[in-house]
Amino acid sequence: MFAPQFGYHRASSVAEAGELLRSNPGAKLLAGGHSLIPVLKLRLAAPPALIDIGRLAELRGIAVDGGSLRLGALTTHAELAASPELQRHAPALAQAASVIGDPAVRNRGTIGGNVAHADPASDLPTVLVALGAAFEIAGAGGERTVPAAEFFQGMMATALGDGDLLTAVVLPARPPGQGQAYVKFAHPASRYAVIGVAAALTVSDGACTAAAVAVGGLVPVPLRAPSVEGALAGGPVAADALAAAADRVAADLGDDLIGDVFASAEYRRAVAAVWVRRALEAAAQAA
Amino acid sequence: MVKVPVAVRVNGRLYEREVEPRLLLVHFLRDLDGLTGTKVGCDTSQCGSCTVLLDGMTVKSCTCLAVQADGAAITTIEGLAAENGALHPLQEAFWNQHGLQCGFCTPGMIFAAHEILRTSPDPSDEEIRHGLEGNLCRCTGYQNIVRSVRAAADAMQEGEG
Repeated sequence: MFAPQFGYHRASSVAEAGELLRSNPGAKLLAGGHSLIPVLKLRLAAPPALIDIGRLAELRGIAVDGGSLRLGALTTHAELAASPELQRHAPALAQAASVIGDPAVRNRGTIGGNVAHADPASDLPTVLVALGAAFEIAGAGGERTVPAAEFFQGMMATALGDGDLLTAVVLPARPPGQGQAYVKFAHPASRYAVIGVAAALTVSDGACTAAAVAVGGLVPVPLRAPSVEGALAGGPVAADALAAAADRVAADLGDDLIGDVFASAEYRRAVAAVWVRRALEAAAQAA
Repeated sequence: MVKVPVAVRVNGRLYEREVEPRLLLVHFLRDLDGLTGTKVGCDTSQCGSCTVLLDGMTVKSCTCLAVQADGAAITTIEGLAAENGALHPLQEAFWNQHGLQCGFCTPGMIFAAHEILRTSPDPSDEEIRHGLEGNLCRCTGYQNIVRSVRAAADAMQEGEG
């Protein structure tokens, strides 16, 4: 398959990338290309130009600063998965990165590209919503930070506007006593998440003192599950309590469930609680 | 559309070309110099038959633009054996363990195996299977491919020891 014709510009700095975006209306940013190139090849988009930011070293790397982590937008999934800092301070994100696609995809795909693409079947957005991450964005009007819960606005739709460049993902480091987990039901060929669940449970003396749970693959955006979280808070982390809380996810899904030839909306709704329970059990065990 | 100059080192030899920005790395490689060992299978980054090494790490070359490889060193299956023709231990192992039938997936499968051993020189069978998840074979049923990776790992560790 061949993509439509497009012009090509290689940016040598974030500032230059911003200028190129503004002087090439409709242009798209190219990082690893693992979301964008398939879209171009399938001719779902035909931008007049690509602006290659893939070589900008300033957008790479993982930094731990006190209680928070800052992940450069060009950090690859393989780098996230292998990072000892991430495994320690945000293990659910490292786990999710390790099950994206396959090793070759993880070598090229980046966290910034993944998030900006906002595929509902993606893995990282679900974890970032659960962990309360935020996205740093450089735009024409300066820099701003958008919380993950406000960033994802619909299927492949985000808070990024024309001329915006996502530069980094920031998230809080895991507090003491918190266990995290990400589990997914992967499509057997594409490895995308049919269902993905991220959970972070803080446990003290056998009781859950705080819970954050998000699901992906089910509706057009990664979704927090407040009914599940509410059922967990203050209760025991015994198996039956976790299962009962997981069953509450149906109340959080609404009516806009995704269905396709592989997994119908009815099927996804029915099986969601199973995967939520597995995520809760894994998070409780890790706490 | 304006063509873009690229300089890519493939199997040790430098190639300088002017390419359309939309040209995929896999087509760049296949049309370059008779290097047709790299296959186009699904063309959607699922089957892995187009897998090559870019600066030593695997990439699915159907999901990479040639311009993204500008300045990089690429290894295709034609460049994996030693210059004197001695096969790479992975090639030997796939041969000896019957890790292929029709051979279409094999170049990609061998590079997926190369990536497994790069990141984990003594992998468990589970690690091998996880590492092969992005490569599809429609002949062997994978058993012999896993055996081949295992055998290559043993041979390479023996070689080092």
